[in-house]
Amino acid sequence: MRTCGATPGGPSLDGIDLSVQSVIQGVVLRAGIPQNSDDVPNGGPVERAHVRLLDSTGEFTAEVPTNNQGQFRFFAAPGAWTLVVQAQGVRIEQAVIAKQGEPVDLVLTVEPLAK
Amino acid sequence: MSREKTLVSTQWVLENLNNPSVVLVEVDEDTTLYEGGHIEGATTFHWRDDLQDGLIRDLVSKEKFEVLLSKHGISNDSTVILYGGNNNWFATYAFWYFKIYGHADVRLLDGGRKIWELEGHPLVTAVPVGTVTKYVAKERDNSIRAFRDEVIAAIGAKNIVDVRSPAEFSGELSAPAHLPQEGGQIKGHIPTAKNIPWSKAANENGTFKSDAELREIYSVAGVDLAKDTIAYCRIGERSAFSWFVLHELLGLTDVKNYDGSWTEYGSLVGVPVAVGA
Repeated sequence: MRTCGATPGGPSLDGIDLSVQSVIQGVVLRAGIPQNSDDVPNGGPVERAHVRLLDSTGEFTAEVPTNNQGQFRFFAAPGAWTLVVQAQGVRIEQAVIAKQGEPVDLVLTVEPLAK
Repeated sequence: MSREKTLVSTQWVLENLNNPSVVLVEVDEDTTLYEGGHIEGATTFHWRDDLQDGLIRDLVSKEKFEVLLSKHGISNDSTVILYGGNNNWFATYAFWYFKIYGHADVRLLDGGRKIWELEGHPLVTAVPVGTVTKYVAKERDNSIRAFRDEVIAAIGAKNIVDVRSPAEFSGELSAPAHLPQEGGQIKGHIPTAKNIPWSKAANENGTFKSDAELREIYSVAGVDLAKDTIAYCRIGERSAFSWFVLHELLGLTDVKNYDGSWTEYGSLVGVPVAVGA
């Protein structure tokens, strides 16, 4: 857990009707050394990383830049998806399963060349 | 159509940052991107506040477009370079808009903000203070814009290209997946439309694929490039991207962007709708 008390992951879900949405969200962080075994990586958020959502066939569905806290969010449909995160000099993929009513909240770590 | 007349590279932009005849304009879907950092000297248009009428659903009037460009220091002989986030969606919409109003020299930064950022080029927060000009627009050129009755008449007669994601085309989603899935309209697509998502025309770094690759993508999907074509999406931005590919890069003569798109068509009473892949 983060010592600041914030929940690791994407932006606040307040005001979103989760009963009808299949949310995939998260935060992109620079790789760092956790202080404790259950810490999230502590390298800080990656602003303006490009996160794209691919469907189960690999087809592009949407893309967003991370905000200044490294966060992103998609409103998908239930099922299997793949996230691709790009920042300067780095590219990672992450498979996810979206479910209606149960938001997926991820912490993704990368080692971008930029600051 | 020559790519030299419609696209510029990041290197070209770097070499022309201080060129007084060049005006950089950023147009984003996420309008907070510009204030967080933009290419040095670039100004910005707000896709809704500056480019939508606001009272009725339409482009801004010729007079308002003239005021907008004048305010941003754009002259009739300026070389306007458009770029933006989300693979240039809204920048290509603005490009189409500049062509509607007859601007002579407008081009896109190939790859937009994404490649600029991925290559690590600098972004600044200083907003340029330019001189106010007196821009004179031409009357609207509706030869590149489709309206609903023309779209209905095109079913089974012209190429109709639905550039949304497969999930929107099939009726699974009603909006792109980074937006809330709002109701209020039918889901599905216009009958006989071919689903060629705009994204197929772009490389992963946001730049356009080669002409040969682009022709292949449309041909394989069953689009007869010798026929007239109408492109649509949800609100006309993504289809402006595909319009750009077909009209400006591949040089097809009769290609129209249906900016009413699915938010209009999917709300019309009694028109035919298809679902499924």
